[in-house]
Amino acid sequence: MTETLLLKDIDEPGLHTLEVYERRGGYEALRKALGMSREEVLHELEVSAIRGRGGAGFAMGKKVSFLPKGQMDKYLVCNADESEPGTFKDRELMQKNPHMLIEGMLIAAYAGGINRAFIYVRGEYQLPAERLEAAVEEAKAAGYIGERVLGSDLSLTMWVHRGAGAYICGEETALLDSLEGKRGNPRLKPPFPANQGLYQGPTLINNVETLYTAPVIIRMGGEEYAKLGTQGSTGTKVVSVSGHVQRPGNYEIELGIPSRDIIYGLAGGPPEGRSVKLWFPGGSSAPVLTGDDLDVPYDFDSMAKAGSMIGSGAIIVADDSTSVVDVALKTAKFYRHESCGKCTPCREGTNWTVKMLERVDSGEATPMDLDIMAAVCENIIGNCLCVLGDAMAMPIGSMIAKFRPEFEAHIEAARARAELVEAVA
Amino acid sequence: MAIDPSRVPRFGHGSRVPGWDEAADLTKDPEGVPEPATTPVPEELRARIEEYMARYPDRRSAAIPALHSVQEHYGWCSPEGIVQAATVMRLTPAYLTAVATFYDMLFMQPVGTHDIYVCTNISCSLRGADDLFAAFHEHAGDDPDFNIRSFECLGACDIAPMISIDGDYVGPIAPDEVPEVLDAIRSGEEPFPERQMKNRKSTDPNA
Repeated sequence: MTETLLLKDIDEPGLHTLEVYERRGGYEALRKALGMSREEVLHELEVSAIRGRGGAGFAMGKKVSFLPKGQMDKYLVCNADESEPGTFKDRELMQKNPHMLIEGMLIAAYAGGINRAFIYVRGEYQLPAERLEAAVEEAKAAGYIGERVLGSDLSLTMWVHRGAGAYICGEETALLDSLEGKRGNPRLKPPFPANQGLYQGPTLINNVETLYTAPVIIRMGGEEYAKLGTQGSTGTKVVSVSGHVQRPGNYEIELGIPSRDIIYGLAGGPPEGRSVKLWFPGGSSAPVLTGDDLDVPYDFDSMAKAGSMIGSGAIIVADDSTSVVDVALKTAKFYRHESCGKCTPCREGTNWTVKMLERVDSGEATPMDLDIMAAVCENIIGNCLCVLGDAMAMPIGSMIAKFRPEFEAHIEAARARAELVEAVA
Repeated sequence: MAIDPSRVPRFGHGSRVPGWDEAADLTKDPEGVPEPATTPVPEELRARIEEYMARYPDRRSAAIPALHSVQEHYGWCSPEGIVQAATVMRLTPAYLTAVATFYDMLFMQPVGTHDIYVCTNISCSLRGADDLFAAFHEHAGDDPDFNIRSFECLGACDIAPMISIDGDYVGPIAPDEVPEVLDAIRSGEEPFPERQMKNRKSTDPNA
């Protein structure tokens, strides 16, 4: 790829201040957008065909267009509760370039006729939240946020809201409950947030990276943006590569490049002498792929065809020194802890899965337990209000399906060890 | 065993729930919204919570920021602090308690002054976070000044294995560097300034 769009000036010292951001062409896209009509801005977003970068991959332009027209309180919520294991793209963007998020939110608010905006930042992100709060204050003082922004008919209030540590609050309806000052439990859908969201009003919720793209799209034009990437997955995406790679970090890629180019080319691949055993293409909620799948193009449709998903764009690589049982147990324990407990299949299913995996680990399991585990996973998927349960069931199910012999060997080996200890004692 | 029973804080009667062995008084009315005239609230705390309440169309939205403020003021979400926040927000203490118990960063028991969150999620654990967490426990597990917790993915897998010290991210940290980290915190310094997230110059790991 020739140029990066989101990470372009990211290492510019002081980019988080308004002065430097404006010097680098900041808020020009906003001026351009405000010179256009709301419909034209919405049209650009729709033509760009950008799909949401938070995990579900829903078309952003469509989401904006679902908002009812007319005079009423409408809400924009930026989902900055980035908690998907392995994902750190939003943190990087927010802590280094907070003004671009504000600019993106202003453009989205203009397109959707929105008058109240909130940024829900996860509680652990202290530095990004502080930078955002400072940036919002700067933008307010400079007249970018407030009544009749730059003389246009856009009026907007904006607040940074800090969470308090709950993975589930990254789910859009749980986030809304949390923002309303409740426990973060997901809601039944429909009604979708576009109709009844925050305070029962029409609400647009977008991921941080999606909103960052809005100024880029306005600057280069939707049609031009759509030329990047593939037909079903336009544009560029920031991927967070971590785990057993030599250079973990954030990389901006054009969607549709082979996954091998990301894992080996950009991130340097596993350490010398090791090979990729399994990798999560989109955070720990995505079904795992193996070393044989490295040539799958990294875009929404190809990943879906390969049986996984791009999700939040977090690639976690585990090399051949890793025990798949350890990875499965770690994953399942995380979801057990984070399950909010509202729906039974998720609350009980995550707990059962952890217990069974612990039996596998200690050698008390039988191969039949693997079938039970797969059945538990099947009974979670699609049976809860949100996808947290599915997010455990999919990777665990795929690990059992793809590495069953290793699970069985692990049970045998652990049992032999336990018997040996008993015999000695 | 997933949970080590000896590490779960329990009351003298053996339960984690206070007062479970006392019969509920069914003749008593439930606790309502506290009476402002008889509930003194520190002025600074009141001002902060009121400022938060003004930001939202619904005052209940200020629940989490208010509980954060209580925690900053008292070191934890103490019953006294929750009653005070409830007084300002015109809510019942039960409502705020229900919210506070949901979130991992709001503490319902007194904790050490320094929060050390060790990320032990997948990316960090692939790079040895479990040993790092064990090392923290070994060196400072019984130090009342520290609140050491293993935490969900903190979103800094590029510096794995990493920790968050009172909100400041630092990494990678090796298990044998733990005493150095603890000494630095004890003497009020930042451990490994060059490895602090806020001091990192470049995004590109190749640079």
